[in-house]
This record gives sequence, structure tokens and C-alpha cells, in this order.
Amino acid sequence: MAFDSFQDFLAMGGHAPYVWASWGVTGALLVGIVLHARAERRQLLRHLRRRERRERRQPLTNQTSHHTGGRHHEA
Amino acid sequence: MGKIWSFIHKLGSPRWFYAISARLMPWFWVAAAALILVGSVWGLAFAPADYQQGNSFRIIYVHVPAAFLAQSIFVSMAVAGLIFMVWRIKIADMAAAMMAPLGAAMTFVALFSGAVWGVPTWGTWWMWDARLTSMLILLFLYFGVIALRGAFSSRDSGSRAASVLAMVGVINIPIIKYSVDWWYTLHQPATFSVTSRPAMPMEMWAPLLIMVLGFYCFFIAVTLMRTRSEILRRESSKRWVRELAGEVT
Repeated sequence: MAFDSFQDFLAMGGHAPYVWASWGVTGALLVGIVLHARAERRQLLRHLRRRERRERRQPLTNQTSHHTGGRHHEA
Repeated sequence: MGKIWSFIHKLGSPRWFYAISARLMPWFWVAAAALILVGSVWGLAFAPADYQQGNSFRIIYVHVPAAFLAQSIFVSMAVAGLIFMVWRIKIADMAAAMMAPLGAAMTFVALFSGAVWGVPTWGTWWMWDARLTSMLILLFLYFGVIALRGAFSSRDSGSRAASVLAMVGVINIPIIKYSVDWWYTLHQPATFSVTSRPAMPMEMWAPLLIMVLGFYCFFIAVTLMRTRSEILRRESSKRWVRELAGEVT
């Protein structure tokens, strides 16, 4: 342990503003990047799921529906 | 050889990549979290203070890993761009698109922590030193790649333009690397070297090495995760994505 007390640790030998500003910004960005990646994935899955449900509810015989119709080709 | 080629070809298929990355990703997340946690505690609380810089030197544990990543991500992006341009492998382009913002963020971290570190160490937060300037150019190159990708109405045109800019911009990377030797003005030379023993005692460089490894795992984990999202986005009309969306409830 390079410090005698927790106060010492926080004070960083007088360099507290520099050390904690650098570490704080870095930590916040890393956490932000993870949260963003997670939110992106969840939002995307929600969107895909909703679309899937919507299209399942529509009768498959409905040829005039405006969606892509990709399934008819692939089926 | 045949096996390796078929592996690479499969990897180029979005569906296969989506499946294999799901198995790989958790390991990188766990490694990133563990390494960054250990490195942070060690670097912040246990590594000895520098005899000249005191405790402000602890900034090195975020500054150097971020600067490493900033450059490595750009090189990865350029390689992905090359793969996309030569073999038209879509996955490479998706990964490159997801790498750009992360690289920009890491460049920003390196510049910001460096500026903050400069105040107690050099007495200035900025100087037009070669290393600092070439890192600022790297940040603008990232912005350029991101903006260029979005500037076309056709996705393929944007992908090609971004790939070309990444491949051309990669020339900045050796300039960043050797800037401290060619124009030695303010920034200190490299901390790590493959060929020589570290200039720091082990208690100082071990946490740095751990942090660097942690940041690399973080980069891989984030890129895998976001590339998976990009696959779902771009392949959303494909049957396997539709089936996947139908299964997940």
C-alpha cells in the first residue's frame, strides 16, 4: 500500500485533481460505452421482435401487405 | 490449409460469426473486467509513487492503455477496410464501422489524460509537440472516417470511402510512434519496448501491463458485441434473423 490512510489516498499527495479527473473521465467513458452497447442491442432486439409479432398477426394470405415479403421468396 | 480457409470463409458469414462470437464474447468481458479491476487497484493504491512526479504519475495507467488502443484500433480498422475492399467480406466492414467511435473515444481519453497530466508535470496542458499533434490528427482522422461513412446515400459507397480513408490514414500511426524519437520536444519516449527491459521497477510496470491487456480485452468485447448488433441491423430481413427474433421472447 502506497498510502497511510484513505484520506492520503484521496489526496494523492496534492495531485488529486489531476489523478481523479483523468481516472474519472476514463472510467465514465468505459462505463458509458458498455451501457451504450447494451442499450443498442436491447433496442434492436425489441424492434425486431415487435416487427416479427406484427407480421405474424397479419394473415399470410394478405398479399397486399406493404412489408418486404422476403419470406415468400425464401419459403 | 483447407481447414483454415473454410474457417475464414465461415467467419465471413454473418450468421456463423453471430453464433461463434456469442461463445467468445463472455470470456473477453470477464477478462476485461478482472484485468481492469486488478490493474486499477494496483496502480492507484499499491504501486509506489514516482520519485520525480509523485502521485500524478498514476495517470499513466489510463493514459498509456488508451493511447495504445487508439492506435491499435485504427490499424485494425484499416486492416478490416482492406479485407472488405479486397475480398468484399461484409463482416469486416461491419466491425470497422463499430470500431471507429471506440477508437475516437480512446484517442480522446489519451489526449485528455495527457493534457491533465501535463499541468503538474510540464506546467502546460498543451504544446504543439509532435506526439501531441499527431494524436490530435488521429482524433480528426477518426471523425473523418465516421463522417465519411455517413455521408453517402448508398451504404456500400460509404463503406468503401471509409475503408480507403482508414487505409490512407494509417500512415499517421508510424508517425505517432516515432514522433518522440524524430522530434523530441516535450513528450517522453516510449514507456514499453519489446526489445529492452522496462525502465520502471516491476511494481510500476506490472499494473500498467495488466491495464493494457484489460483495455485490449475491452476493445475486443465491445467490438464483438456491437458487431453482433450491426449484423442484426443489416441482416434484419434475412430469414435466420427473423427466426431469432421470433424465438427470443
